[in-house]
Amino acid sequence: MSALLARLVANRLFWPIVMLLVLFTINLVAFPGFFAVTLRDGHLFGSLIDILRNGAPTLIIAVGMTLVIATRGIDLSVGAVAAISGAVACSIILGSPEPANPATVAVAVTVALLISLVLGMWNGFLVAVLGIQPIIATLILMTAGRGVAMLITEGQILTVNSPPFKALGSGFWFGVPIAVIIAAVVFGVAALVTRRTALGMFIESVGINPEASRQAGVRARGLLFVVYTFSAFCAAIAGLILTANTAAADANNTGLFIELDAILAVVIGGTSLAGGRYSLVGTLVGALVIQTLVTTVYTVGIPPIATMVFKAAVVTIVCLLQSPTTNEALSGFRRRLALRAGKGVAAS
Amino acid sequence: MTKLLDAPERPVRTGGPAGPTPRVSVARRIRNLLTSPKYGPVTVTAVLFVVIFIVGGVRYRGFFSGQVFLNLLVDNSYLIVLAVGMTFVILTGGIDLSVGAVVALSGMIAASLLQTGWSPAVVIPLILVLTSVLGLLVGLMIHIFKVQPFIATLAAMFLARGLCYVISQSSISITDETFVQLAVTRIPLGGNLSITPSVIIAVVVVAIAVWVLHATRFGRTVYAIGGGEQSGLLMGLPVARTKVLVYVISGFCSGLAGVLFTFYTLSGYPLTAIGTELDAIAAVVIGGTLLTGGYGFVLGSVLGVLVLGVIQTIITFEGTLSSWWTKIFIGALLLVFIILQKVLTARRR
Repeated sequence: MSALLARLVANRLFWPIVMLLVLFTINLVAFPGFFAVTLRDGHLFGSLIDILRNGAPTLIIAVGMTLVIATRGIDLSVGAVAAISGAVACSIILGSPEPANPATVAVAVTVALLISLVLGMWNGFLVAVLGIQPIIATLILMTAGRGVAMLITEGQILTVNSPPFKALGSGFWFGVPIAVIIAAVVFGVAALVTRRTALGMFIESVGINPEASRQAGVRARGLLFVVYTFSAFCAAIAGLILTANTAAADANNTGLFIELDAILAVVIGGTSLAGGRYSLVGTLVGALVIQTLVTTVYTVGIPPIATMVFKAAVVTIVCLLQSPTTNEALSGFRRRLALRAGKGVAAS
Repeated sequence: MTKLLDAPERPVRTGGPAGPTPRVSVARRIRNLLTSPKYGPVTVTAVLFVVIFIVGGVRYRGFFSGQVFLNLLVDNSYLIVLAVGMTFVILTGGIDLSVGAVVALSGMIAASLLQTGWSPAVVIPLILVLTSVLGLLVGLMIHIFKVQPFIATLAAMFLARGLCYVISQSSISITDETFVQLAVTRIPLGGNLSITPSVIIAVVVVAIAVWVLHATRFGRTVYAIGGGEQSGLLMGLPVARTKVLVYVISGFCSGLAGVLFTFYTLSGYPLTAIGTELDAIAAVVIGGTLLTGGYGFVLGSVLGVLVLGVIQTIITFEGTLSSWWTKIFIGALLLVFIILQKVLTARRR
């Protein structure tokens, strides 16, 4: 029994899931109908659906971020890339004669995604070819990217009136929010491609020891390129969803702080910033924890302005629980407990 | 090479015996200066600053004046103080993302307490103590619990920004006599030149930081940790204490910068100084401090702030350029300096 518990606690998903359950319980107490999901007008409605829908952009970015962090990197530019992709899509839709035509929207989305690939390759080039520290390499695009986004929108908030584009953010497909479907597809593809092929293992090996993996024949350079490009691609998808949700591209505020939320989701999910082993499921749990936290603040009736204080508290608690110091203290405590239990058995 | 040596026919002023061929030695000395990871980037920054300033002077009327230069200090005194704190942290190989939020928080604390009638003589020390304690907590979290600096200071950033909103959601203006006096006072330097009290505070902070880094044991230890934490430990240096203290210094500097910022704006607003942490990091990097730690100067960071400031001034003078070009320029400049650092350190290895 205690061995099982010990194994459970040692699992790196243990604390994040406990956190999620605690948050769910708080919500349930404050609002008994929390878990209810109803079908209204052919759409699914309910708090859980809201959490999934609002958390979709963070989750999508966090998936890309997980792979970047697994290579011992970090991508600070995702918020700026999200802003750029939203700005590009909106300016194309605004510039076209028929903004409501699905073909226009398709072109806008495709161009935005292609541009994000270029931005991702730029990050990949700085990190993989020039060998610049990832945090700084992506800081460049984070700083300059918002300027570029403002250049595209000419410093204005572009409002578009295009139902097919708006559907990306707030539409439903078979009753399920389209944003959630997109997030599920991104998550599924990332999980399949990295876990059903050797790609995930290569990524981890580069993160654990770049030099050793190079000598073992893993092409770190190409891998880093792919990972940063994928991260920017995810950021662009999230940017499109965010922009579509409000039907407006705001170069200053689209995706502001989303890089931090995404990094938090990854860290809460138990992937170490030092690279190596990563867990996409952990990231999913982490993203849910963050979004549930925001929802909790609303349902419990705490002023939403205090959200950031709670976020700080959760980050601190999870980090302290996962820290090696705490783990050592805990395992020391368990060993003493086990020793005492063993003595008790021997005595009787 | 030979061309370069033959061209200038001016007297070489080198102190002391400079060897049989003094001209070679000067050229080599310049090359050594530029290619050293310690002095190279900061020299390039200094040259760049002078060049930008001259270009501005040639292009715009009224640019080439002492007051334009002094205004760089007046407008950026808070950023200079921030960059000083950030330099300490980055020298140890860490990073502090919380500084912008702490600036906003100290502004909010100042504005709200002054509004309820507290004396500035109590409020300002209180802010400095609070922000130092926040830095201490971050440092302990990093040292004892081995949380990465990035995440620990991120948590501090959320906390500080969240507390700003808790204090007030809207802007609080400051009408306190002392603060207003400090905001409007100009200290004449003769010849139509003047500075603000904030500049003096910033200069004093820089002077103290230079002294601490270059003349105290603590300063040596900061460099040693950046050079190699393990080696520092083996040498018996107080690594733990220094690592924590560095974040306390950064917290203190952020608090002080926040106070200077309120002298400048005379209000507290929860959304101020968003992204200031990036400006501070950019200034430190442009000023030639290596992000991996170990190399760098406080004066370099001051130069970095001045370069950022002069770019902003040029964009203001240009008039037709929109403000977002600032961000693009800063990004481009960061890129240049990071590649430069990379090339310099790679050549040395």
